[in-house]
Amino acid sequence: MIIEIERLQLYYSAFHALKNVNLSIPENRVTAFIGPSGCGKSTLLRTLNRMNDTIPGVRIEGEVTIQGRNIYGSETEVEFLRKRVGMVFQQPNPFPKSIYDNVAYGPRLHGVTKKAELDGIVERSLRSASLWQEVKDVLKKSAWSLSGGQQQRLCIARALAVEPEILLMDESTSALDPISTTKIEELTRELREKYTIVMVTHNMHQAARISDRTVFFLNGEVVEASDTEALFRSPVDQRTEDYISGRFG
Amino acid sequence: MNLPETRPSADPATPRNAPATAGAPAPKPAGKAAKHRLEEWRGQAFVYLCVLLLVVIIFSIVVFIASRGLTPFVSQGVSVKEMLFGLEWAPEADHPMFGALPFLFGSFSTSLLAAIIAAPLGICAALFMTEMMPKLGKTILQPAIELLAGIPSVVYGFVGLSVIVPFLRHTFPGQGVGIMAGAIVLSVMILPTITTIATDALRSLPAGLKEGSYALGATRWQTIARIILPTTLPALLTGVVLGIARAFGEALAVQMVIGNAPHIPHSLFESATTLTSIITLSMGNTTTGSLHNNALWSLALILLLMTFLFVFIVRMLERRSKHA
Ligand SMILES: Nc1ncnc2c1ncn2[C@@H]1O[C@H](COP(=O)(O)OP(=O)(O)O)[C@@H](O)[C@H]1O
Ligand SMILES: [Mg+2]
Repeated sequence: MIIEIERLQLYYSAFHALKNVNLSIPENRVTAFIGPSGCGKSTLLRTLNRMNDTIPGVRIEGEVTIQGRNIYGSETEVEFLRKRVGMVFQQPNPFPKSIYDNVAYGPRLHGVTKKAELDGIVERSLRSASLWQEVKDVLKKSAWSLSGGQQQRLCIARALAVEPEILLMDESTSALDPISTTKIEELTRELREKYTIVMVTHNMHQAARISDRTVFFLNGEVVEASDTEALFRSPVDQRTEDYISGRFG
Repeated sequence: MNLPETRPSADPATPRNAPATAGAPAPKPAGKAAKHRLEEWRGQAFVYLCVLLLVVIIFSIVVFIASRGLTPFVSQGVSVKEMLFGLEWAPEADHPMFGALPFLFGSFSTSLLAAIIAAPLGICAALFMTEMMPKLGKTILQPAIELLAGIPSVVYGFVGLSVIVPFLRHTFPGQGVGIMAGAIVLSVMILPTITTIATDALRSLPAGLKEGSYALGATRWQTIARIILPTTLPALLTGVVLGIARAFGEALAVQMVIGNAPHIPHSLFESATTLTSIITLSMGNTTTGSLHNNALWSLALILLLMTFLFVFIVRMLERRSKHA
């Protein structure tokens, strides 16, 4: 288990958004968070790279450990944590820079300056995100000139460029067309060989297609967490069954 | 101000434009539809009329300033070269001279220096209010800066004269009055313009860009320097250019602290003057139609052209920020 979440409580000021979450996330697997909108999937995902730190009024109790280290401990450097735990957002958010500079952004932050080294990282990351063939001749072009699907793969490449161990994806296909979605789903399956992937999706079929583990949330609580096949074939909790059979949400 | 040459050309324009909109009301459809259409037509006609009036006013002002300002060059024997590059301003002498370079120099140096002082202050204040302490910024800093915008120029001039000028006189060699004093006063006056525009630009930055940077392990300062500032640069520059434009056109406050000696100073702490100062100081002592009076209009024309230039630069910057 690469990530262990124990007795996690999260409050947005007075609002209790995550209620006593206990969860283990296995290494080199795709774990999917499903559940109706507003149930706290994104909130939990963002506790894993401490992106909630920037929101005023957030209070967190409990423990999140990654490879045995409490990421909310005083010795954790949040910048270093985020280098190890990459994130891809719902809306593609490439920087208004060239394709090359987007991918090189992270490595440069962390001190890589040699051109040859950066070139290597950029090519490798774009290949891992299956984007290299499409952009190798236009690396100097603005990232904003790419299509939405390409932009999202660029954001994946950008995240991979800092060599994370874990990749968080928050509904990363929901703003994309079906063909781009399929591409990113295939990519996710490939990436699992080298990375631990935690993804949020509001699309149960997507979770069933590409995840190894599925976690079902409701109102800030984990209702059920198990192997994807088992969860969809024979859910234990009545609420899970209601949700996956489409009775609500 | 009388507008002899533009009035006649403006009036016929009104009836010529009116029939185009007058075709709108339909005669037949009874009841509500007809009433709506009439209201629609009335509203449109009113808006068109207001716009037309506005255009006529702007056009008249430009034509008026241009016609007066060009007279010295066209029919009174002053050369453009003399005005732009001449160093001697002696309009009432036996051999009158109209070198406005010292005024141009004064206007440009005070405005640019003011921008150099105010831009970092304003942009840092905006960063503080948007990125660092939004709460404190909104409740204290923003109202304080907006207050600056409401203080009348004469008060700025007065404070400058009684605080800044003596301070400069005691600290640096020179009389205290001069370009530095003018620039300091102007920098405070243009601070609200720069800060407000910078704050708007920073607030309208898509949140996703910042999150994307933080998610890669960037610190706040790295995010500011590598994403926020480069992305908003055209908008930040727009604020600075508008600030310069405001400084360029300010008359009273500068005039009170700059000393008003009509030559190019040897240091920032020596008496100098600006286009606006010389116009306000001399205007009352000339008679309409005299060469001196028309030469002042030439200075006004230069100010107007500079304003056009600033507006043009702002437009270019806006276009660039849309393409980014
Ligand atoms: N920044 C915030 N401030 C206050 N409440 C928030 C904030 N973000 C999310 N919430 C609330 O927390 C709950 C969970 O949100 P979220 O994790 O985004 O849900 P999900 O991703 O499952 O749709 C929702 O009720 C939402 O309104
Ligand atoms: Mg969400």
